[in-house]
Amino acid sequence: MSDAVRTLRVHRFKRGDDAPRVEEHLVPAHEGTTVLEALRWIQLQEDPTLGLRHSCFHASCGTCGVRVNGRERLACVTRLSDVEGAVIVDPIANLPVLHDLVVDMAAFVARFPQPHPIVRESEFLPESSPADGIDDHERYEDCIECGLCLSACPVAATDDTYVGPAALAYAQRMIEESRGGDREALLHWADQDAGAWRCHAAFECTEACPSDVRPAQRIMALRRELRGRRTDHDRAVPDRPATVTGASA
Amino acid sequence: MLIVGGGGTGGALAHDLTLRGARVVLVERGEFTSGTTGRHHGLLHSGARYAVNDKESALECIEENTLLRRIAPGSFEENDGLFVGLTDEDMAYLPAFLEGCEDTGIPTQVLQPDEALRLEPMLNPVLKVAVRVPDATMDAMRMPLRFFATAKANGADLLNWVDVIDIDLAGGVVSGATVRDQVTGRQTHIGADLVVNATGPWSEQVARMAGVDVPIRPSPGVMLAVRGRLCNMVVNRLHASGDGDIVVPQRALSIVGTSSWVVEDPDDLGVPADHVQRMIDEGSMLVPAVREAPFRSAWSAARPLIGSRDDADSGRELSRTFKTIDHAVDDGVEGFVTITGGKGTTLRGMAEVCADVVSRKLGLDMPCATRETVLLPHTAAYAA
Repeated sequence: MSDAVRTLRVHRFKRGDDAPRVEEHLVPAHEGTTVLEALRWIQLQEDPTLGLRHSCFHASCGTCGVRVNGRERLACVTRLSDVEGAVIVDPIANLPVLHDLVVDMAAFVARFPQPHPIVRESEFLPESSPADGIDDHERYEDCIECGLCLSACPVAATDDTYVGPAALAYAQRMIEESRGGDREALLHWADQDAGAWRCHAAFECTEACPSDVRPAQRIMALRRELRGRRTDHDRAVPDRPATVTGASA
Repeated sequence: MLIVGGGGTGGALAHDLTLRGARVVLVERGEFTSGTTGRHHGLLHSGARYAVNDKESALECIEENTLLRRIAPGSFEENDGLFVGLTDEDMAYLPAFLEGCEDTGIPTQVLQPDEALRLEPMLNPVLKVAVRVPDATMDAMRMPLRFFATAKANGADLLNWVDVIDIDLAGGVVSGATVRDQVTGRQTHIGADLVVNATGPWSEQVARMAGVDVPIRPSPGVMLAVRGRLCNMVVNRLHASGDGDIVVPQRALSIVGTSSWVVEDPDDLGVPADHVQRMIDEGSMLVPAVREAPFRSAWSAARPLIGSRDDADSGRELSRTFKTIDHAVDDGVEGFVTITGGKGTTLRGMAEVCADVVSRKLGLDMPCATRETVLLPHTAAYAA
């Protein structure tokens, strides 16, 4: 029993194909049917060779990132009813496509600075006190490494050396709560040519992030940190004696 | 040797056997952890859930719980868990619960209501008691990926986007599998001295390709994710297990689980609306804010419960423990082993038992080394 039939236009590409093509499917949809459920329906009912990534189904693993009608989305929490007309599904941009909707995440993960801790201090329920023997409640980082921010980034689209919003936001989090990380090394890493200064502040990454990381704001915070550090550095240079200043004037 | 199935069990088995010196190839038809593993609510079981009715599972859980924290540091939200008693009936369960935990070596701390509310202010204030246990939250994908990462670094070939078309069987001996690479469309044979079927709820389908029967019941459960972290500890209902009796905080979400029914096809689960409603109703008994919290997602995952279709209807009565089947012994088919059942928490232990069987069959004499081997970070699973 279904409420409607929706048209999905899905990007297809297999190694050896001359070019990608678009394949159209008519998919039964209920209220609440997600893009991921629709793609799974195509896999099960019409074409088992359709390649797509998924794992958790609740916006926590980050594997099912795609572009839906041009916008970066997690397929598992995007409802067909949120999309008007035909639902056009493409792989995320700025990463190599392996096949169909699957991109190679190696190129994404390689951008992150190391080490890569994923557990942070929990800021939720500050009125609660942890049980004896637990110093602070902890939780996973917001970043789910989905790659949507990189896909949406206009700089990454033209410059594949740019480390991109996810990795920079990650570095900022590590500087904010170091967990044994080397703050100076991270700042130095962010200060590289392909780092924090390469961002054009389009804020598309923050718009695309499904997990409230707000990468653009974090990149801006990194820049403030780097600028402050430079100023501190300048101040650390001893003032020249007034006579010398006067003499050179 | 060839492992079919890239879930937690397959990954842990690839890791174990690689350390024992086996040449391991693993094939998975989708993304790693895409079947059941990645979809679970993310509870690292203390074992307390099983302490009364399924002591074998409880023992497995507490041992692996302790061990995984050691070999996968940084992979858990280590906030512990509470079993919360709300009714007189729950209170009647308390003595058996505490006794079961003591029998199985699961540490407990009994908390009075005011103390429990000090730890978790969003709990249902009518609670009568709470028992603290060493539950934790795991990332259902990233923790298992560490086994894949380490296996890969040690030389295992982990191939996803590969379908198994057939198990190669002649004269009662399995010699590999016929596979198709989804990326290239190419069909090839992978030769192997031994094939392990590690496909969870799909293991009956794969076993059929080798002409043997595996008594598995795909038993899905519905889970609900709401936005906001309504508790920091895992919150369980203090009773014999039932629907919607756990809230697992995870990242900035709260996950309510779960229900249980039985299906024929583990690919076709659906998300019954009445089950989702039950998660809201029962979950808000534990943490009332579940009812008002913004919806994030509802989904189903199929457990691979062991038992024939003639057994129970709901799946709840079936054991959560696991089973390794050497089909040479059970069915006279050589070179084919099935590992199935179990749960996310026991992935390493399941792999150890299965790898012992595989090692004997392959003539490997290295002992299991996974208890001591600290795993690589999950990101290494993606490395070229």
